[in-house]
Amino acid sequence: MGFFQDFGTNPFLLTGLLAGLLASVACGAMGPYVITRRIVFLAGAIAHIAIGGVGAAIFLATRFPAGFAGVSPMQGATVVAVVAAIVLAVLHQRAGERLDTIVGALWAIGMAIGLLLIKLTPGYHTELMSYLFGNIAFVGWNYIYWMVALDLVIIVVAVLWHRRFLALCLDEEQAQLQGIPVLTTEIVLLVLVALTVIVLTQVVGLILVIALLTLPAAAVAQRVTRMASLIWYSIALSAILTTVPRIVVYGTRISPEAAIVLVAGVVYLMALLPAKRRKDDGAKNPAA
Amino acid sequence: MSTEPAARLSGVTFRYPSSGKVLESVDLEVESRDFLGLVGPNGGGKTTLLRILLGLLEPQQGSVTVLGQRPKDVRSRIGYVPQHSSIDLTVPAEVLDVVLMGCLSDSSWGPRFSKQHLEAAYRALGQTGTEDLAGRRFGDLSGGQRQRVLIARALAAEAGLLLLDEPTAGVDIHRERELLDLLHRLNERLPIVLVSHDITLVSSHLKRAAWVNRSVVCYPAKELSPAVIESMYHGGDH
Repeated sequence: MGFFQDFGTNPFLLTGLLAGLLASVACGAMGPYVITRRIVFLAGAIAHIAIGGVGAAIFLATRFPAGFAGVSPMQGATVVAVVAAIVLAVLHQRAGERLDTIVGALWAIGMAIGLLLIKLTPGYHTELMSYLFGNIAFVGWNYIYWMVALDLVIIVVAVLWHRRFLALCLDEEQAQLQGIPVLTTEIVLLVLVALTVIVLTQVVGLILVIALLTLPAAAVAQRVTRMASLIWYSIALSAILTTVPRIVVYGTRISPEAAIVLVAGVVYLMALLPAKRRKDDGAKNPAA
Repeated sequence: MSTEPAARLSGVTFRYPSSGKVLESVDLEVESRDFLGLVGPNGGGKTTLLRILLGLLEPQQGSVTVLGQRPKDVRSRIGYVPQHSSIDLTVPAEVLDVVLMGCLSDSSWGPRFSKQHLEAAYRALGQTGTEDLAGRRFGDLSGGQRQRVLIARALAAEAGLLLLDEPTAGVDIHRERELLDLLHRLNERLPIVLVSHDITLVSSHLKRAAWVNRSVVCYPAKELSPAVIESMYHGGDH
């Protein structure tokens, strides 16, 4: 296959593979919480609001090179995503019925600010394109280092907080009764989701980031009995999904990002069919 | 130890911001081997009383002690079985995971529970006759099995007092019998307070009944005959 013949000569093939694996760790660790806590739309909001950070980074680095020359779009996106996560976590706990509308507004405003700032900056910006559509074919080492750092933060915090996250997803009321600080736990969870979104964006782009965050975990969720197994299986499945399809389509006109998400979607749908039958069996129980 | 009441409310008055007084000047003692049923009309304050015992609500007047301390400070030792569990059945979790959640506290860090907590969880599973279910997915259990597991979760944290909200609601007669047997066994070492609409159940199985309707009056459960209830519904309801 062309991919392996070119592996020695094209350094981007190695960084691309690493980016896929680093993204798998993040989405495998956080995807299960995102789907069981039903915060997919908050993850979507974070991803889109973060485009404001991309715009701000490009704008500041071009207009004020004295102070911001080294700021990359990914760093800008990270800062804005983390701030957005904190705000959304508080809203999720407090806003009640208006949550949808408020999140929708923040979603739109974040994107608009990003696009506006990019428009105000002269020049054509490949960074924006790579944020929107991902760029697994041309990942630089600087991005790899940044992804490693984000992954490390996600792993350390997710391990420390695992039981609290589980308590929050499983039974928020009981968690509160037992003195678990629910709001803080939600903030920590969403900040990790924000970091995951940033890592994933590098691989498949903003448009498809939700697919990679949710599909691997959702494909496995009905088939395991424990959260910890769901996390391990999701990481493994994500690693396969971010690696195999792009090797297969290498050298063709099919974009690797689209191939990854398409295969992830098909795997999810295939996983859904027999699991649906099992769910119907359970529904006979009146208490279910 | 045995002379100290499991819980004591004195002069407790509580009102929600939007409504009038729900409870007024309530005095109540839960003894160390008590099996107390809270009965009374809807809106009479049964659940409010339970939430005060749990430390979820603070009364505007009066004092509350549970196991000798403020409810908030002993929350981890109050076993609570809610009427409608808020457990999300779509979350993959085995029965043992659910029971272990009863041991979780704000000082728990890291992914694993300690050996002591595991032992406590298995003990609680044993006491409720659910050890065989430990490895099953919680969402796959029947209603009766889930309720036993929730009682195990309440016991797992070395509970010193067990509170149950409508434990027999929606349970068939056979299961109700099993549940009461279980509660009687637990009552040999634990004080139990339960909220119930079923006055017959309270009068025939429990030790004491507390009629809760803004104020609280306690009776030996056996005295709670239909005639007495009738008079309380119509007489004490002003």
